[in-house]
Order: sequence, then structure tokens, then C-alpha cells
Amino acid sequence: MLPKLYFGYFSIVMVVISLLIITRKNPVHSILWMLALFFHIAGLYLFLNAEFLAAVQLILYAGAILVLFLFVIMMLNLKEEVLDDRFSGDWPIAVFVGGTILVLILIALIALTQGPLGSYTIQAIQAETHAKVLGRVLYTEYLFPFEIASLILLIAVVGAMVLAKKRRTEED
Amino acid sequence: MVPLNWYIELSAIIFTIGAVGFLIRRNIMIMLISIELMLNSVNISLVAFSHYLQDIRGQVLVLFIITVAASEAAIGLAIVVAMFKNKAVLHTDEIMEMKG
Repeated sequence: MLPKLYFGYFSIVMVVISLLIITRKNPVHSILWMLALFFHIAGLYLFLNAEFLAAVQLILYAGAILVLFLFVIMMLNLKEEVLDDRFSGDWPIAVFVGGTILVLILIALIALTQGPLGSYTIQAIQAETHAKVLGRVLYTEYLFPFEIASLILLIAVVGAMVLAKKRRTEED
Repeated sequence: MVPLNWYIELSAIIFTIGAVGFLIRRNIMIMLISIELMLNSVNISLVAFSHYLQDIRGQVLVLFIITVAASEAAIGLAIVVAMFKNKAVLHTDEIMEMKG
């Protein structure tokens, strides 16, 4: 009973926060609601025995990505943006498309049957700590994708600098 | 024990909210935030599958998704900054360089 109550609280709050995120007029409010959502997602990860991912969620998403968003909003002038109409004209079509996606996923979910269980039981992970198990799989089985991820981050760093750099004009 | 289906349903609902938010909003910052919302909903379902199938690989995939989300946010925000410097607009309706 208690796990279901815990999950119920988290799911209801997360859905409400998500709706708030996409309907707020001011992007700063959206980002602050996003922060609350990330804390709830981290709580859900703890509930699923993924404590390393909960820490990563808070440090990386709440600590780095949201701060990046806030910095960019700080650089942009939002005064007249806030006054404008916030939704695009054909929002009923978008809501219909979204509802169709949701219904399709929920229908497909009826056919869900669980696959065979793996060898990483909770006891096995607890005996060796979660971060250690995750690191061992990441650096042995997934070493090549890990290297590609580092390449993606390098491209992101270079690309962000190239895009946001001041263009040299003709007169200088 | 919470059934696995509940997690997938929660993930599907949040994904749909993110997709609808991406489609209905005109402010490009909130469109980027909606993409983050969709990526996070997928992460929830991956962690839930990883826990219920007793397989750690789903959580490794979550780490990769977080990496990609970070680089996507960096590139997307750089594009927003470059666009704002050139045109001083944040609304997607007013960006019509490609005659869309």
C-alpha cells in the first residue's frame, strides 16, 4: 500500500508540474517548475533503486542544464515576449495529435509481457554498490558507445562556440 | 509492489505532454524545455524497465540519454542566442527565412 501511495503522489505531482511547464507564460517560471519536476524524477529513481542516477539527475539536469537555460534567458530580452499570445493558432490539432500518440501507446501497453529476468538482482547490486555495477558495465560492455558519447560532447562544445560566437563583419 | 505498467503509463503521459508542449508553444525556449521533458519521460521508463527486468543496461542507456540531452541543450541554446542576435525574435512564427 505504501509504495503505491508514494508512486501515486509522485505521478500526480509530475503530471501537474508537466502541464504547468508547458502552459506558463514566462519561460523563467517554466524552468523553475522544471526544477521541481527534476527533484521528483530523482525521487522516483531512488524508489527504483537507482541512487546513482538520482544523483546524476540532480547534478547534471538541475545543476547544469537548467542553469544553462536560465543563463540564456537572462541574456535575452523577454519583456515583450511575455506580452504576446503564448499558444500557436492551431493548438487543437496539436492536442489531438498528442492525444492520439497517448492512446496508441496505452493500447500497445496492453500487449506488454515481461521479458526474461537478468542477473542484476537488487541483492547483487546492493552487495557491490550501485555506482560500481553501473561503472563496470559502462566501461566494459559499453566502452565504444561511451567513447562516442565523449565525441558528441566535444562536438557540442565546439558547435556551441561556433554558433554563438560574434560574426566578424566586413569593416573589421 | 507498484506494477510496471504504471511507470510506463506515467512515462507515456509525460511524453505526450512534452510533445504537445513542443507543438503548441510559440516561444522557442519552452519548445527546448519540452524536448527535455520528453527525454526525461523516456528515462523514467528505461529505469523502470531496468529495475523490473533486473538488468542494469537500461540505466547505462539513461546515462547516454543524459549526455545527449546535455549536448542538445547546449547546441539548441547556442542556436537560440545566434538567432536572437540576428533577428531579435524568440517566436517561431516570426522566423521565416526558409519560407516555411
